[in-house]
Amino acid sequence: MGKTVAQKIFDAHCKDTPAKGVFVLSLDRVFCHEITTPIAINDLVEKGKDRVYDPDKIKAVIDHVTPAKDSKTALQGKTLRDWARRQGIKDFFDIGRNGVCHAIFPEKGFVRPGFTIIMGDSHTCTHGAFGAFAAGVGTTDLEVGILKGVCIMREPKTIKIEVKGHLRKGVYAKDLILSIIKLLTVNGATDHVIEFAGEGVVSMGMDSRMTLCNMAIEAGATCGICYPDMVTVEYLWPFIREEFSTKEEALKAYSKWLPDADAEYAKKVEIDAASVEPVMTVNFKPDQVRTVREMEGTKVDQVYIGSCTNGRIEDLRIAAEIVKGKKVHPMIRAIVSPATCDIYRQAEDEGLIKIFADAGFCVTNATCGACLGMSNGVLAEGEVCASTTNRNFNGRMGKGGMVHLMSPATAAATAIAGEIRNSPLFND
Amino acid sequence: MKNFNGKILFLDRSDINTDEIIPAKYLTEASKSALKPYCLEDLILPGFDPKKDIQGKSVIVTRANFGCGSSREHAPWVLECNGINLVIAVNFARIFRQNMFNCGLMALTLPEAVIDEIFRRFAGTDAECSTNFDAGELVISNGKDRMVCKYEISDFDAALVKAGGWVEYADKNY
Repeated sequence: MGKTVAQKIFDAHCKDTPAKGVFVLSLDRVFCHEITTPIAINDLVEKGKDRVYDPDKIKAVIDHVTPAKDSKTALQGKTLRDWARRQGIKDFFDIGRNGVCHAIFPEKGFVRPGFTIIMGDSHTCTHGAFGAFAAGVGTTDLEVGILKGVCIMREPKTIKIEVKGHLRKGVYAKDLILSIIKLLTVNGATDHVIEFAGEGVVSMGMDSRMTLCNMAIEAGATCGICYPDMVTVEYLWPFIREEFSTKEEALKAYSKWLPDADAEYAKKVEIDAASVEPVMTVNFKPDQVRTVREMEGTKVDQVYIGSCTNGRIEDLRIAAEIVKGKKVHPMIRAIVSPATCDIYRQAEDEGLIKIFADAGFCVTNATCGACLGMSNGVLAEGEVCASTTNRNFNGRMGKGGMVHLMSPATAAATAIAGEIRNSPLFND
Repeated sequence: MKNFNGKILFLDRSDINTDEIIPAKYLTEASKSALKPYCLEDLILPGFDPKKDIQGKSVIVTRANFGCGSSREHAPWVLECNGINLVIAVNFARIFRQNMFNCGLMALTLPEAVIDEIFRRFAGTDAECSTNFDAGELVISNGKDRMVCKYEISDFDAALVKAGGWVEYADKNY
């Protein structure tokens, strides 16, 4: 019987199988941010084990609340910063050079096909877009990862989602993944890996693939995986050109992480890409999804464009195309947060920042803040946000607030219209 | 090994997420004990009052996919701070489940029909759970009614519970 991507990666990284179906994996990367890492650091210090397994494999960023908003978040940042310096972690990103973890770590070239990656953050599944096995873990797993470079994982089953054909104009990866979550439900992929395959995925750039994999966790999945191809190689090329003499050679090397033709899947799902239309969430679960068409006219107070799901340059270009020459509706507060400092600069070079600012958007620095109701765009009780983020849980962006998840195109159109509105780029 | 016995808190809903268990705004706390007052603060469950209903409870019985969403280990921590070391459900989100065992706490699964029966016979009463770890047995009772449920747990999860967590286990073995 052939193997899935995850099975191949597990086989290549297996250090121990302490029980049937339980793997102890060696880790190629441990990513860290300032919310879940400090408690692990403090615990290691208390235990007299203040060390790291390999400072070159650990990457750290301050991203959740940045710049710090109060003494507590300042201390979290300081704990991470001091530790990174103390442990000789060279790839540490502080304000002015930072970004939302799942945007900055790929951007810096830290992810490769076939890698094992953990982070104390559930959206770590994003990095599967490169053909890696990347999983969110809690602080204890993170602590062991930092100390020993290993992690326990139960043997994953895999769901294969084949996206047939192409998405229509004005329909994006966000619409596709929300439609998939609706189909699977929030518990439909629990303890499974999802492989995203088919023409609809192959035709996507890396930014869109990351959007897709980012929300695999919202169906309960351990990781979302896209197959490495020339798009992956092109993205990684600046970082791997020393390693391979040609791109074709890199592609050949990475093809060992493709699934076997006779791999065994727990489930196979086919989706007709042309049938997907712009959608958004309603209520408090990411599988509660309806078409934007049905929801047009719904009032919102705030529009937020950003996050590890949709704060990358492709997203900003789409939103800017819709916003250009227009004004944010007077009843709306609109915020755009490019996901990294480099994306911010690129958006500036392309004239996108000016388009947003001219339209009346508040352009903020890169941070996770608003997405989880910590800073930079928290909602008041009873307020509604049209958001390109990934979770609409009760209280997520602020106690008593409501979040509608959607694509940057729909969010931008909504900012201008003053109520939920399909983007003009979508023509049914 | 921790205590896995005591009064049951019934949470009759599926897909209870980590933001409901402990909202993100409290993740800036530097200590686990500081989380205690905020347990289940944003839970959507008609009639549930976190200020009154958690007091004195040691075990949660709930439906499917408990702990979905974020990776925050603050979710098991806030339960433990409130004396809740055992959650029984149809299934758990992967990260939450692993976090529980990594902390030496237990996330036990029972078939949906058994969970249904526990709810039918015991929800709304002053029910207790007592755990026989070696026998793999839970006894649910309320003075009038009594139900014995067998549960399965892997040897590895049992080892984590006995060791008190994954840090100790890993540092010794790897």
